[in-house]
Amino acid sequence: MAYSKDQLLARLKELQIEFSQYEHPVVLTVEAQAKYVGNLGGALSKNLFLKDKKHRYYVVSALADTKVDLKVLSQRLGLGKGGLRMAAEEALVEILKVPLGCVAPFAVVNESARHVSLLLDQGFKAQEYCFFHPLSNDMSISLNAHCLDKFLKSIGRDPSYVDLEANPPVGKDQPPDLAAFVPSDAPILSDLPVKAPTQDSTGKHVSAASNSAAVAAKAIKPSGNAQNVKEKPVNTVQPSIPAADAGNFVEELLDRASALLLSEISEDSIKQHSGQLGAEVANNIKKCLREDLKNLATIFKNTAYTEGFYAGTRYQPKRL
Amino acid sequence: MEKVEDQNPQQEEDQVVNPWEVSAKDGGKIDYDKLIDKFGCQRLDQSFVDRVQRLTSRPPHVFLRRGVFFAHRDFNDILDAYERGQKFYLYTGRGPSSEALHLGHLIPFMFTKYLQDAFKVPLVIQLTDDEKCMWKNLSVEESQRLARENAKDIIACGFDISKTFIFSDFDYVGGAFYKNMVKVAKCVTYNKVVGIFGFTGEDHIGKVSFPPVQAVPSFPSSFPHLFSGKDDLRCLIPCAIDQDPYFRMTRDVAPRIGYHKPALIESLFFPALQGETGKMSASDPNSAIYVTDSAKDIKYKVNKHAFTGGQETIEKHRQYGANLEVDIPIKYLNFFLEDDAELEHIKKAYGAGRMLTGEVKKRLIEVLTEIVERHRRARAAVSDEMVDAFMAVRPLPNMFD
Repeated sequence: MAYSKDQLLARLKELQIEFSQYEHPVVLTVEAQAKYVGNLGGALSKNLFLKDKKHRYYVVSALADTKVDLKVLSQRLGLGKGGLRMAAEEALVEILKVPLGCVAPFAVVNESARHVSLLLDQGFKAQEYCFFHPLSNDMSISLNAHCLDKFLKSIGRDPSYVDLEANPPVGKDQPPDLAAFVPSDAPILSDLPVKAPTQDSTGKHVSAASNSAAVAAKAIKPSGNAQNVKEKPVNTVQPSIPAADAGNFVEELLDRASALLLSEISEDSIKQHSGQLGAEVANNIKKCLREDLKNLATIFKNTAYTEGFYAGTRYQPKRL
Repeated sequence: MEKVEDQNPQQEEDQVVNPWEVSAKDGGKIDYDKLIDKFGCQRLDQSFVDRVQRLTSRPPHVFLRRGVFFAHRDFNDILDAYERGQKFYLYTGRGPSSEALHLGHLIPFMFTKYLQDAFKVPLVIQLTDDEKCMWKNLSVEESQRLARENAKDIIACGFDISKTFIFSDFDYVGGAFYKNMVKVAKCVTYNKVVGIFGFTGEDHIGKVSFPPVQAVPSFPSSFPHLFSGKDDLRCLIPCAIDQDPYFRMTRDVAPRIGYHKPALIESLFFPALQGETGKMSASDPNSAIYVTDSAKDIKYKVNKHAFTGGQETIEKHRQYGANLEVDIPIKYLNFFLEDDAELEHIKKAYGAGRMLTGEVKKRLIEVLTEIVERHRRARAAVSDEMVDAFMAVRPLPNMFD
């Protein structure tokens, strides 16, 4: 599924985008790249793959000599100071599907990078052409910013250029000027099933004690809330508030209890306790699960109370 | 007469502990004995822990067993009254200065939840959005937004909605609450508040008049929708020890306006990953484990940034063992590893050099990951409507059940 260099080049040709390509040995840094294509008249780019504390990702593509201050950028995005850091190499591979040293605006072409935000240096526009890696470090292609735009538009991206060196004040009366670049959708991790947020799934989605449930829950919740916040009409029924589902709740309890039960009964434990195994296992289950299940029950109670409270605030008193 | 400490900001050799700054002497460790002495509170000894176990008929919380909550004021009075059938209510809070909560922030809330469950008492949680607006120069809207976001993480700690009232200052100050604020304010001179909090002539008047806001939730009459007619109800405040100045002031004022002094139960600071020289900072991402950290982040942070007491080479380590005094993974396990026996075993083996730093870190990563995972799942179940419900000014008819 991941785009290859050849597929990208083919696509560019299809779109009749003018570019020149230069093969060279694999390079991992701008300096190394400069050795091969630095004297050809175009501008080199440096590309950063960043992430913020809420696991949202950004590709920042700039001229090699543009000064990019992560602290300033973080503030301009509304992430506070120190909200941005370099993303891990694994994220590079998982989300952008490119190896180290190969980040470029083209890297957002893959589905997995759908929610990665792209910031482009306005300095590109002043250059005749700029060099980028086309999803592989053993080649650089040069093209005009205008042509880059054509490509980005073709993949549904809105090319917007930013003065990356600017340092406008961010404060009470000056909202972060780049706040629009922060991805608003839930981040989709490529190895998880992407569920469309339905009414039921925003409820007790703690169905399986597994990591994917937790992350899917995280992914689903923000959209669920966005729904809730936007619709606040007075007399329509609001089905989108999370429901306390007794069935899901019980399934979760049973799943945990049976998982623990199975782990407690083994050849060794049978040998060790023989006739007493039942009592022993029962005790262990109580000991291990007590707090966990109480927590689950509290969540269930709070959810049910909230449903009732919500209904109560929209209750129409009996007409006398 | 209780010692009411006057803070002298000029003494730089001493450690500094107040609501806005925590730093040890000469970049060393915080001396808690000195702190208890200076502040004038009491040590929480084992007899208290045993008594709590007896009164609540359940094992005491890991933070009590390990001395994380280590100091108190008048906790014995609370327990005496409880034994006589007189309940109390809990009061704790958070200054919502950032969206990024770390494990250190959760500690008072985890403990408070235990207290709520064990003693079956109601709880009020104050979100001091006004304080952060003033001290951190946030906009009013931003601090209110952060308050709501933080409320979600707080709710995720597992509080019972039928016994918990969460409020933000911007929303709630007024009415009976404000009347108490004025009563308190009348009893504290400008000089006194400068002495306690170190305000200067350059500080704006918002800061100077803030302390009563944090004081009055200690008085039941501040919450007429909850405690009307129960003016005698006592209050217990679980907090980190740096909040002590607010409540020293409150305890000084309380009898003068006819209220019980609130009792306090205070915790140590959760050390930063890089070592025990202060408390975790929300602005340095590698000093702390955040509730939004992924399993990978936790593994990375513990492996790369946790300060250890292990020796430089394996041979030296096997010979001399680890320095448990400064080892951060051991300290963190002290906070979060439930099993007393396992912790003892690890300490013995690591201290003797039989266990390596890597193994201790691995266990810590497991423990922390489980906590953060559990928190995240609970957080995912918190909707905006749930926050609204927790924050609604409503009666709590079953709050003592």
